[in-house]
Amino acid sequence: GMFMSERWPRGILNKGFGRQRSDAGAAQRPSRGEAELNGQPPRAPQVVTDSEEEEDEELTLKYGAKHVIMLFVPVTLCMVVVVATIKSVSFYTQNDGQQLIYTPFPENTDTVGERALNSVLNATIMISVIVVMTLVLVLLYKNRCYKVIHAWLFFSSLLLLFFFSFIYLGQVFKTYNVAMDYLTLALIMWNFGVVGMICIHWKGPLRLQQAYLIMISALMALVFIKYLPEWTAWLILAVISVYDLLAVLCPKGPLRILVETAQERNEPIFPALIYSSTMVWLVGMADNSEPRNNSVPAQSESQAVPMTPTSPTEDDGGFTSTWVNQQQHQLGPLQSTEDTRREIQQMPSARPPVEDDDEERGVKLGLGDFIFYSMLVGKASATASGDWNTTLACFVAILIGLCLTLLLLAIFKKALPALPISIAFGLVFYFATDNLVRPFMDQLATHQFYI
Amino acid sequence: MTAAVFFGCTFIAFGPAVALFILTIAREPLRVIFLIAGAFFWLVSLLLSSLLWFIVVQLSDQQNAAQQKGLLVFGVLLSVLLQEAFRYAYYTLLKKANEGLLSLSQEDTMPISIRQLAYVSGLGFGFMSGAFSVVNILADSVGPGIVGIHGDSQHYFISSAFMTMALTLLHMFWGVVFFEACEKRSWLHLSLVVCSHLLVSCLTFVNPQYLGSLIPTFVLLTVWAGWAFTCAGGTLRNLSLCLTCKDKDFLLANHHHRSR
Repeated sequence: GMFMSERWPRGILNKGFGRQRSDAGAAQRPSRGEAELNGQPPRAPQVVTDSEEEEDEELTLKYGAKHVIMLFVPVTLCMVVVVATIKSVSFYTQNDGQQLIYTPFPENTDTVGERALNSVLNATIMISVIVVMTLVLVLLYKNRCYKVIHAWLFFSSLLLLFFFSFIYLGQVFKTYNVAMDYLTLALIMWNFGVVGMICIHWKGPLRLQQAYLIMISALMALVFIKYLPEWTAWLILAVISVYDLLAVLCPKGPLRILVETAQERNEPIFPALIYSSTMVWLVGMADNSEPRNNSVPAQSESQAVPMTPTSPTEDDGGFTSTWVNQQQHQLGPLQSTEDTRREIQQMPSARPPVEDDDEERGVKLGLGDFIFYSMLVGKASATASGDWNTTLACFVAILIGLCLTLLLLAIFKKALPALPISIAFGLVFYFATDNLVRPFMDQLATHQFYI
Repeated sequence: MTAAVFFGCTFIAFGPAVALFILTIAREPLRVIFLIAGAFFWLVSLLLSSLLWFIVVQLSDQQNAAQQKGLLVFGVLLSVLLQEAFRYAYYTLLKKANEGLLSLSQEDTMPISIRQLAYVSGLGFGFMSGAFSVVNILADSVGPGIVGIHGDSQHYFISSAFMTMALTLLHMFWGVVFFEACEKRSWLHLSLVVCSHLLVSCLTFVNPQYLGSLIPTFVLLTVWAGWAFTCAGGTLRNLSLCLTCKDKDFLLANHHHRSR
């Protein structure tokens, strides 16, 4: 089931950054955090005054930088995992002759023209599959078929966490010639998978959840690297960036429609599709079996988070790739109504006063972005003859692209696609480094000249 | 060969730079970002110079070895000049960005001073330059092989590692002095930086006579270290205070609201 690929929210990146001070700063330490809004009536979006704006610029720079780093680290980790695997486990670079059903045309043809044609056809099929999937999702979401969506997500992460990790582990054992019995393996896989499902769909320690998200993104990227033939892969990367741009920014784009629908309904986003750098803590986590209702103050798109956690089994909110809101699912099925929260809120609290909210607003990046970034770098390290230079160049290019995207995000404060700039830089640097820089550096290294 | 050489050469080549990164840069997100941006600028300069070199090579006679070597020398010089040009471009960009932010913010100090930017960007250039020079060589050193079996020098790996270390640190020093020279509009200092870079690159033309290239490079390294230290505001007094841990306000750490 490669259908999973499309449900990963490619390319929309949204920071919980914004003008609203009423946001839930996601806090990692329980003593901080949003909760100011708990139990209180929702505040209308604040009108930003000029002085606030100027003051914000300075803070924005510092905290913006912090958020950029909070995304650099996981993206780097994911890429490192993918590159390390590609370089050591030969399985993922072997051409077994198998291809995905979405890319049926082979690339080992006789002529260049035929190969080009095949890759274009492959890319077209793959992209249309993705577009269709997105549209199906939009439809499902608009018709409130949350159960279907949720079952789909659940099944996909199940497949990834068990099946693909099993294959990965098997290949790693083969590479390092580790003897392993099925019983131990079953135990390991069971634990890994179940803990993963719990962390991703329910609640778990933040770091563990982030680690799992990185791991499944890396696994997915590795699958793509293995099964997509070369030209097809590059074409798909290029086209998907364009699609991302259109889907997020055009008024009729499916992802934008999703975002707007989610906003209208004041619903939070799907769990398990986003990487979030921080966690939301609630004061007085009231355990209530009532389903989450829309008593949560709605926030506008580029601002932060509703306070209530969402129960994954009941209401998933919208699939949006904008990550407007913080992930509440990390907190588990904590459902509280306004009344209970108000009660708790009014109890004397031993918390220190909340300091600056800005610091604790997290940043979110869709897992699809992780996957495609890692796929680019992995493909670069797998196929480039310039080897490490090309990989390094692509790595730096992607990070800079991400930085620029975040900068734009801070400027425009609306949902932005995270793929186009980074992938564009990555592709340019891949081809340029592989074809231009590599011969130059090789010659220099031969003579031991230094520049 | 293999593991010992690999780890040894890696630590020689990247040790000082990575130590500097971990101790002074890793904790400050802004510095990390500017470091990576500096690396990016170096990369773009390399790309441009490789493009030009590639074009020239395609237009030339590819069988003539002497000509190819001459073109390579030309490529090296071109690359050095382009690197310095991009350093200047990075400086202008940072200056403009800083001025913009300063005018917008209500505080009168910037979150990162131009001196810190000089250090960080120099180190970024150094990292990227070092990485591109030596990573492939290191990757090769892991595998089996015999160095210099055809009569080449046996000290290939270790000399590469030392040269890389020197260049990385030199880039950092050059960055500091360069930005300072631009700030003070001292074109003499600027041209000295450029000439020194050219000199170091030209010294490598005598490889594999490593004595001829490494020793002068390290001499230059110490000279530039001293100069950059003075440029950054260091004095012997500062140094002694710092080394005896009497200086509470360490040079780069804890820099919050002192404008430099």
